[in-house]
Amino acid sequence: MHVPDGFLDGPTSLATVGVATVAVAAALRGARRELDDRTAPLAGLVAVFVFAAQMVNFPVGAGTSGHLMGGVLAAVLVGPWTATLALTVVLVVQALAFADGGLTAIGTNVTLIAVVAVWVGYGVFRLVQAVRPQSHRLIPFAAAIGALVSVPAAALVFTGLWAVGGAAPIDLGLLATTMISWHSLIGIGEAVITFLAVSAVLSARPDIVHAARHLTSQPELQVRTAAETSS
Amino acid sequence: MSTQTDQRSTTPAHRVRTRTLVVAGLLVSLALAAVVSLFASASPDGLEHVAETLGFAETAADSAVAESPLADYGTAGVGNEWLSTAIAGVVGLLVTGLVAFGLMRLLARPSGRD
Repeated sequence: MHVPDGFLDGPTSLATVGVATVAVAAALRGARRELDDRTAPLAGLVAVFVFAAQMVNFPVGAGTSGHLMGGVLAAVLVGPWTATLALTVVLVVQALAFADGGLTAIGTNVTLIAVVAVWVGYGVFRLVQAVRPQSHRLIPFAAAIGALVSVPAAALVFTGLWAVGGAAPIDLGLLATTMISWHSLIGIGEAVITFLAVSAVLSARPDIVHAARHLTSQPELQVRTAAETSS
Repeated sequence: MSTQTDQRSTTPAHRVRTRTLVVAGLLVSLALAAVVSLFASASPDGLEHVAETLGFAETAADSAVAESPLADYGTAGVGNEWLSTAIAGVVGLLVTGLVAFGLMRLLARPSGRD
């Protein structure tokens, strides 16, 4: 759901630039607590993967398609503040170089995808994870549920923005239900991709997955034999 | 199976090296952007579809960079459809990667002993 130029009026677009700026400024501080030199490469990779995955629209029926937003995928793997930054990088590159999402709509797209989808989805993830906080196996499922909710959540907030500054008089109830129903379908794809990606990284390196770090005991000192390190 | 369970309870901290994981992830991303993208659905996305159905699609304006050489994930002047998308995709990955890896490294604390 990259919002193009023209959908929202100037004041509303400007307001979302304000929201996005505050969010990114906070994320620049928050991400410092999430990132260290072991996790930073994963954060870079997450941004690259989300850019690539967003080039692949999947059909959701009736001549409509959707693509990954990546908010929960990123938040679970590298932390929500870092996810806000990673997705902002993707959205800015898309808007500037690929004309994907409007230039004046950049604040709107950052707000919807890098803030709302990330944080609402991550909140749902944390609620589900709280059912069994010590479970490794629950993490991909909880991430999938968060991902599923994150897409219609962003769609709902878009409807709210349209109510404030939409370019045409559209029945808001109808807009909300249509937006939410289509984006719930897209959310299923979001959930599947998020499940697969989180599962893959979790099985390879549970120790650097943000949402699993409390499960990995970090030994003070790691003793490794020469044979282990060279293999 | 019981040995597998035993292994899990003493989770090894490093099953795969970070470098291996990142390279594998970049290769998957490259495959998505340069190959799978050719088979992506060209149908309007959820928002475009809703805009068409409810009749506000025409309020969308062209982006100021709509004439960018990479607009809409195609490469200006490249006739071959696959090559056009693949070049755009690879450039996108490189730019995103340079900015994102650089930014994350800049923000990272020295190794995780917090």
